Amino acid sequence: MKKIGKQTLQLDNKPSILNTAAIVGPKELDGPLAKYFDKCVEDEFWGESSWEKAESKFIKETINTVLGKANISSTDVDYVFAGDLLNQCISSCFGLRDSNIPFFGLFGACSTFVEGLCLGSVFMDSGACNHILCATSSHFCSAEKQFRFPLELGNQRTPTSQWTVTGSGAVILGKNNVGPYITHITPGKIVDLGIKDANNMGAAMAPAALSTLCTHFEDTGRTPDYYDAIITGDLGHLGKDILIDIAKNKGYDIAKNYNDCGVLIFDKKKQDTHSGGSGCACIATVFSGYLYKLMTENKIKKLLLIATGALTNSTTAQQGESIPGIAHAVSIEM
Amino acid sequence: MNPTDTSKEYGEYVKKKAPNSPILKDCFNAFWVGGLICSIGQLIFFYCKFKGLDQTASSTVVSICLILISVILTSLNIFNRIGKFAGAGSLIPITGFANSIVSPSIEYKSEGYVMGVGAKMFTVAGPVLVYGISASVIIGIIACLFI
Repeated sequence: MKKIGKQTLQLDNKPSILNTAAIVGPKELDGPLAKYFDKCVEDEFWGESSWEKAESKFIKETINTVLGKANISSTDVDYVFAGDLLNQCISSCFGLRDSNIPFFGLFGACSTFVEGLCLGSVFMDSGACNHILCATSSHFCSAEKQFRFPLELGNQRTPTSQWTVTGSGAVILGKNNVGPYITHITPGKIVDLGIKDANNMGAAMAPAALSTLCTHFEDTGRTPDYYDAIITGDLGHLGKDILIDIAKNKGYDIAKNYNDCGVLIFDKKKQDTHSGGSGCACIATVFSGYLYKLMTENKIKKLLLIATGALTNSTTAQQGESIPGIAHAVSIEM
Repeated sequence: MNPTDTSKEYGEYVKKKAPNSPILKDCFNAFWVGGLICSIGQLIFFYCKFKGLDQTASSTVVSICLILISVILTSLNIFNRIGKFAGAGSLIPITGFANSIVSPSIEYKSEGYVMGVGAKMFTVAGPVLVYGISASVIIGIIACLFI
């Protein structure tokens, strides 16, 4: 492993993505990607007594699914990197408390999934580990409860607001001679351009995505054309348009091969999801369910995956603080 | 000019780029749904008068009925759909106030009846109560002194 440029690590013992799993909720079941997920749960409670318990069940069952698919026992997993949006990452902690796998709880807001992949890849590159598990979850109802208003409240959402994805995605990294491999990681800096509207996360996070995107290209000497697909986490419709615009200003034309998981997961018109999907599970489920399959079918050979996060909570928002954004990138190649 | 150079430029750029709420449609829906709710209240009022209640008692019955309807619709997961459609039309009448108290009660039931329902019931309606009651006290004092 060596550091190239300002922020990027080039991996020598490239970890292979052995398998992935994604379980989603009812809204995602009605979306255009439903057929790619391992399981769609129709009941948001999933038989539990609270949203929080349901979210823990999502991450727990997703991890069981990925271990089953990869035919790996939990005792053979060296470490797990997991996180979510709820205070103190309780979904991941409670979802994994019976797993007996050494656990790292991460918080990077909606960027956590790729943050986990970055750290997991470095652990794999060290040569000391055989299997690393990375997972994240989010739940529309628990996120609304923590960050916004009760679900039954009769209010209106603004056009720029996004819909938190209910679900969980998990990836198992290992040593294998078959791709896709994680070849480079570019952890991002915190970028804050003063957006204060908690209902416009896409605009708050787009400058962070731009920073990581440009730095990745500068560090690796690559251009947007190098990748078959450049995919961001949850910038949504508005954030996607903004990123295309501001990247063009910096001399990178990404319009051809760029898309966003928040745009892909829902049908904006039919599902009334305004600016698109968001949450830790947005990129986790879209990558684990959809993009990974496209890679194994060789439809995408080189993927730049950039997860974006809004580093805010309800207290800072009420105190009038702006919303700092962050974005982490991994380069995944066959 | 690069919109990401300064916060000010970026803020202005985002403001231009972001889609606006459909104000005309929202106003129209708020107007007719709000009007409909008030008309229902008026019908109940006429019925009470017809049955022989006086002015004050009839007004009280109207409030009680509208609150009850709003609470039932909130519990059945219907009121939020009306609210999404009508916005201020269903929020401003007493129906919106009832909804704002019942919805957190349902949401926080999982934290128990004391710290959940009891403590969180007024998270949305609390500010309305505090400033509504404060304003009425101030106006009451002014009325007492000068009228």
